[in-house]
Amino acid sequence: MKTNVELMHAGRWRVWEPLLWLVAFALPLLMPSHALIINEVAIVALFAVSLDLVLGYTGIVSLGHAAFFGMGAYVAALFAKLVMPDPVVGLLAGIAVASVLGAVCSLTILRGTDLTRLMVTLGVALILLELANKLDWLTGGADGLQGVTMGPLLGRFEFDLYGRTAAWYSMTVLLVFFVLARRLVFSPFGATLKAIRDNRLRAMAIGIPVSARLSVIYTIAAGVAGAAGALLAQTSGFASLDVFEFHRSADVMLILVVGGVGWLYGGVAGAIVFKLMQDWLSSITPQYWTFWIGLFLVVLVMVGRERLLRPWTWFGKKS
Amino acid sequence: MNTTANQAVVLSAHGLIKRFGGITATNNVTLDLRQGARHALIGPNGAGKTTLINLLTGVLEPTEGRITLDGQDITRLAPHQRVRRGMVRTFQINQLFDSFTPLETLAMVVSQQQGLGGKWWQPLGARKAVTERCGRLLEQFHLTSVMHQQTKVLAYGKRRLLEIAIALACEPRVLLLDEPVAGVPAGEREELLQTVAALPADVSVLLIEHDMDLVFSFATRMTVLVNGTVLTEGDPDEIANDPRVKAVYLGHGEETAHV
Repeated sequence: MKTNVELMHAGRWRVWEPLLWLVAFALPLLMPSHALIINEVAIVALFAVSLDLVLGYTGIVSLGHAAFFGMGAYVAALFAKLVMPDPVVGLLAGIAVASVLGAVCSLTILRGTDLTRLMVTLGVALILLELANKLDWLTGGADGLQGVTMGPLLGRFEFDLYGRTAAWYSMTVLLVFFVLARRLVFSPFGATLKAIRDNRLRAMAIGIPVSARLSVIYTIAAGVAGAAGALLAQTSGFASLDVFEFHRSADVMLILVVGGVGWLYGGVAGAIVFKLMQDWLSSITPQYWTFWIGLFLVVLVMVGRERLLRPWTWFGKKS
Repeated sequence: MNTTANQAVVLSAHGLIKRFGGITATNNVTLDLRQGARHALIGPNGAGKTTLINLLTGVLEPTEGRITLDGQDITRLAPHQRVRRGMVRTFQINQLFDSFTPLETLAMVVSQQQGLGGKWWQPLGARKAVTERCGRLLEQFHLTSVMHQQTKVLAYGKRRLLEIAIALACEPRVLLLDEPVAGVPAGEREELLQTVAALPADVSVLLIEHDMDLVFSFATRMTVLVNGTVLTEGDPDEIANDPRVKAVYLGHGEETAHV
């Protein structure tokens, strides 16, 4: 039936997508000296994909997404230190604990307005930041958790100093979660999330259990954010209070705004642009790079992404 | 005239009261909706019609009183749980999913209705039962020609049709229509009136409407609500000839004249 084909088409992989991922996976070989930043971009992209699930697809605003990122980071680091150094098991542990935290925190975002949610999510991240600071016997406090040594990946691939293994590891995890998230957003479940985002009142009136849906997606997103945090701790061999800091939550939101919300590649594109720009600007002007990032954001939001990407429309007549 | 009088009561409100602070919006309303009914709820603006719908569907919780569906108490059930039991509403002001196309909207609603709303692995529309039902609904509501347009850009009449199609996609046994033709321009009215007239006979319908042509052509039973209380209930002839109704409602020329 025709409608069938049309609907299925939306979620199908385009030709350019596998090519894009192939290029991405070739990058650590093509540019070995940039493997570290490739690793960072993959981690931040994963974090942004996580936020997109709640912000872009479900319409839940959050200024505290670092809570889950940080939880994943500390759990992975502690797991390596106290339990076993296997990265994959540590990653799973980070995801699991962050998901549990997400499930608990989801109770705080079910009711209220966007403003309430911004404050509550911000508050939760601040609480966790302070806990990580205070529980210094466990977390190392302000000094961070030092001396995290990771075992070889899958028992075979050692993490090298140039970050190649790390980059491939992070990209693989990003790809796995990207594929899963993609499945999810084009499924009936994903459609009900978008319905809640578009019109919560009507979503309820057609029988969607709104609170249950919000809890589930918040838990899933928390798990994905936890994975990103775990990757950061594992590939850097370090976890510090920085992972809970407000700027993490703010940056990931900026990344989504740069790349576009409600579009999974938006998180990836935003992460690439943001990280490269940060890297480039801070090498040109180490002290004042945030000025330029700020200026870029203001211009981006005022002019609009569409127009910014189409310079030839800048001087045409206004429609 | 009254063919449903002997049918079983499907939806029932017993002594519903809703107070907002000092204002009593719904005052001791008792109402029975029978199987297959074409029941109209009329009354002047501010009579509490929409409040009553909100109470029945669970958007608001009554201060006092009980609501039963098929004899079971649903007074404290959440809105989505009432939908699952077969009671669905439309809204006076369109409540649509603006980023969806009509096709996507209906596919989403039908999937949810068929118990697939929690499935995250299969793409939307992978099931034949879903897409076939979508095709029929699009046809039935004259939406096939616009099924790929974003809901946001649809003409008002089409949006209104989609509003009702969404409710029908939930396969209601009890359907509450809140002013279905409100604001629809004359040129687009006919399609809408046809679809309302063609609602499945076994669905029990409670219609709230200002448009008296529609009310009298559609309803076989009518309840008149004034200031939150039931003034009277009867068949269309009784209502049309009731002097009290004329006094409070039909007598006001401006109420009946507006289309």
